Amino acid sequence: MADLHKLAAIGDKVLAGERISADEALALAMDGDLLRLGFMADAIRRRRHPEPVVTYVIDRNINYTDICISACKFCAFFKSPEDPAGSVLSRAELGEKITETLALGGTQILLQGGLHPDLPLSFYEEMLSFIKGYGIHVHGFSPPEICHFAALSGLDLGEVLLRLQKAGLDSIPGGGAEILCDRVRRETAPRKCSTDEWLAVMAEAHHLGMRTTATMMFGHIESIPERIEHLARLRDLQDETGGFTAFIPWPFQPDNTVLAGLAKTTALQYLRMLALSRIFLDNFDNIQASWVTQGPKIAQLSLFFGANDFGSTMIEENVVAAAGVGFRLSEGEIRGLVEDAGFVPRQRRMNYSLV
Amino acid sequence: MEKMVVAAGFGDILDKIKAGERLGFADGVRLYRSNEILALGYLANLVRERLNGDKAYFIYNQHVNYSNVCTNLCKFCAFGKEKGSPLAYEMSVAEVRAKIRERLAEPISEAHVVGGIHPDLPYQYYLDMLKGIKEERPEIHIQAFTCVEIAHLAELAGKSLADTLKDLVAAGLGSIPGGGAEVFSPRIREKTCEKKLSGQGWLEVAKTAHRLGLKSNATMLYGHIETIEERVEHLEALRAAQDESGGFLTFIPLAFHPKNTEMETIAKTSGLEDLKNIAVARCFLDNFPHVKAYWVMIGPKLAQVALSFGADDVDGTVKEERITSMAGGESGGVMADSELIRLIRDAGRTPVLRDTLFNELKVY
Repeated sequence: MADLHKLAAIGDKVLAGERISADEALALAMDGDLLRLGFMADAIRRRRHPEPVVTYVIDRNINYTDICISACKFCAFFKSPEDPAGSVLSRAELGEKITETLALGGTQILLQGGLHPDLPLSFYEEMLSFIKGYGIHVHGFSPPEICHFAALSGLDLGEVLLRLQKAGLDSIPGGGAEILCDRVRRETAPRKCSTDEWLAVMAEAHHLGMRTTATMMFGHIESIPERIEHLARLRDLQDETGGFTAFIPWPFQPDNTVLAGLAKTTALQYLRMLALSRIFLDNFDNIQASWVTQGPKIAQLSLFFGANDFGSTMIEENVVAAAGVGFRLSEGEIRGLVEDAGFVPRQRRMNYSLV
Repeated sequence: MEKMVVAAGFGDILDKIKAGERLGFADGVRLYRSNEILALGYLANLVRERLNGDKAYFIYNQHVNYSNVCTNLCKFCAFGKEKGSPLAYEMSVAEVRAKIRERLAEPISEAHVVGGIHPDLPYQYYLDMLKGIKEERPEIHIQAFTCVEIAHLAELAGKSLADTLKDLVAAGLGSIPGGGAEVFSPRIREKTCEKKLSGQGWLEVAKTAHRLGLKSNATMLYGHIETIEERVEHLEALRAAQDESGGFLTFIPLAFHPKNTEMETIAKTSGLEDLKNIAVARCFLDNFPHVKAYWVMIGPKLAQVALSFGADDVDGTVKEERITSMAGGESGGVMADSELIRLIRDAGRTPVLRDTLFNELKVY
C-alpha cells in the first residue's frame, strides 16, 4: 500500500526545488500514481522552461553499417559479421542522404552504426571529414562505438575522441546506455561496453568540450532499483561535467529481438518513467519525448509529464523500425501536435540553441 | 496534488466536485478550454473513484455491422454507402446467424448490432435478425440499433416509438447503444448530417426506451466542426435527459476519424483532445454511472492512460468492427482479453469483466 504521507512529502520537496534521493525516487517509482508524478514533473518542466516552447531538431539517423559483433539481445537491427545481408554505407549513399537532409532544413546528422569487426579508425575519420564537407553538424558514435574503436586501434578513449573530434565529430549521442547497471549489461549485451566505460566516454567527451545526450532503454530485464541506479549514475556525472544536454528515455521494443517474449511496456508506464526522470534528473535541462516508440498521441501527452522536447523529425530511422514499430511523423505533424497542446514549436540545434 | 489543481485555476470546480455539486455550463466551457490536462484528470478521477473505485470494466462482445447501406450519408462517416455502391454490403439474417454461430465457443456475453439507415430492408428483417441471434445463442444480450435506427424502424413499422421498442424487445433486444448522437446542436446536424434524426428526436428515443425499462448509452462525436459551447450543450442535454429518465449507463466520447470521409481535411484528434473529452465529460455528467475510453477509437495506449483521467470502462474484445476501421482507425479490430487485463492492471486498476448491464462476471 502506498505511503501517501511519504509521497506527499517528496512532492513538497520537489516543488520546493530540492533534489530527491535514490530512495525517494524508488518510492515514487513504486507507488507514485500517474497524476502525482505528472504534477511533479510538470512543475519542474515549467520552472526550467517558463516560456511555453517545445523544441525539435531536424535530422536524419544515418546508420553507416548494420554489421555488429555485439549481438545484443534487445536489438533487431544488427547483422552478424558472417551474415551476407550486412553492409557498409557507400560514400555515394551517404552523400545523397546528407544532401536530402540539408534540403529538408536539417541541421545535423545522427551517425551511428554497429560495432564493425575490422574497419580501422581512419575509416571513421575519413567518413567524418567527408560529411563535414557538407557543412553539417555531426552528432555521432555512441559510447559503445567509441570503446570499440579504442579496443581495435589500441588507443585510449581520450585519443580516439580527440582524433574523431579533429576529423569533425561535433557531439555524441547517448545511445548504448541501455541500462547503466552491469548486471543488466552482462545478461543482455555482454560484449558491449560496461557502465563505467560508457560514463568514461561521456566524461572524456565533455572534457574535450563536446556536448552529449544520455538515454535509457527500459522495460526489459531490469528491476526498478536498477532504473534508479541508471538515473543516479547520470546525475552524478552531470554534477561533475555538466556536459549532457538532454535525457531521452524510451521503452524496449521487443519484436524481432531475442527478448521478443517480453511484454511491451505500456504507455502509462512510459509516462510514469518519463516523469520520474524529469523529477530525478534535476541537473538536466531537457527531457525528450519518444514519439517514434509511443506514437503521436502519447508523445503529445509527454509534454505534460516532463518532456520539453519532441526529439528529432527522424527523416530516416532504422533501428526502432527493425523492432516492428512504425510510427512516422513529419515536421508539420510535430508542429501541429505541439501547438495543439498549447506550446510554440521551435526548431533547435543539437545544443538547444534555436534555429 | 490539490494545490496543483488550485494553481491551475480550478479551485472552485474542485470544491464543487468534492461537495458533490453539479457543474454549470460555464464550468464545462472553462474545463474544455483549458490545457491543464493533469488538473482535469485529477478532477475527473475524483468523480471516477467516487462512483467506480479502482474498477475498470471490459466486456467480451461481438460486433455485427449488418449493413453499411445508408440514406443519411453523414459527412463525418466513412462507413455508410449508397445502395448500389460497389462498397455497399448487407447481411442476410442467415449470414448474421452464421456470424453468431461461428463464435459460439467463445465466452461472448453481448452482440453489438449496428448498421446504416437502409432504404428498403423491411421491418420484419430487424425483428428476424434479433430472433435469429437469440435462437443461435439464447443467453446472449443483444445491444442493438442506435436511436437513429430505432426512429427509422418506427417509421417503417408505422408504429409509435414505444410500440416499436416493445416489438424489438419481444424479438430479443436487450439494450440500446449510444451511437448517432453526434453533436445535438442543429447547426452541426445541418452542416454534417442534415438527413439524420434530430438531437431532440435522439433524446426522445432514448427516454422512451428508458421508460420501458431499457438501458442505453450515449455518445458525442468530437473533433470536427463543433464548438466548445456546442459540446457543453450536448452534455447538458444528456444530463437533463438522464435526470428525467435515468436509463443511461455509459457516456462514450467518440473521436472523429477523418480518413475516407467528406471531412478528410480536418486533422485527427490529438491525445490531449481525447483525454480532455473523457475528463470533462466525467466531471460534468455526474448522473452517468460510467465513462468509456473506447480503445478501438483512441488506441489501446490512450485508453489505458484514460483510466487515470475519468474513464472506468474500455469496451472490450471487439471483433469485426467496421465503422472506425473504415475511417482509418489504426487500432485494428481485435485485442485479446489477456492484453486488456494486463493494460488495466498495469494502470493500477482492478480488471472487471462485465456484461452489458454492468453485472460483474469476473473480477481479476
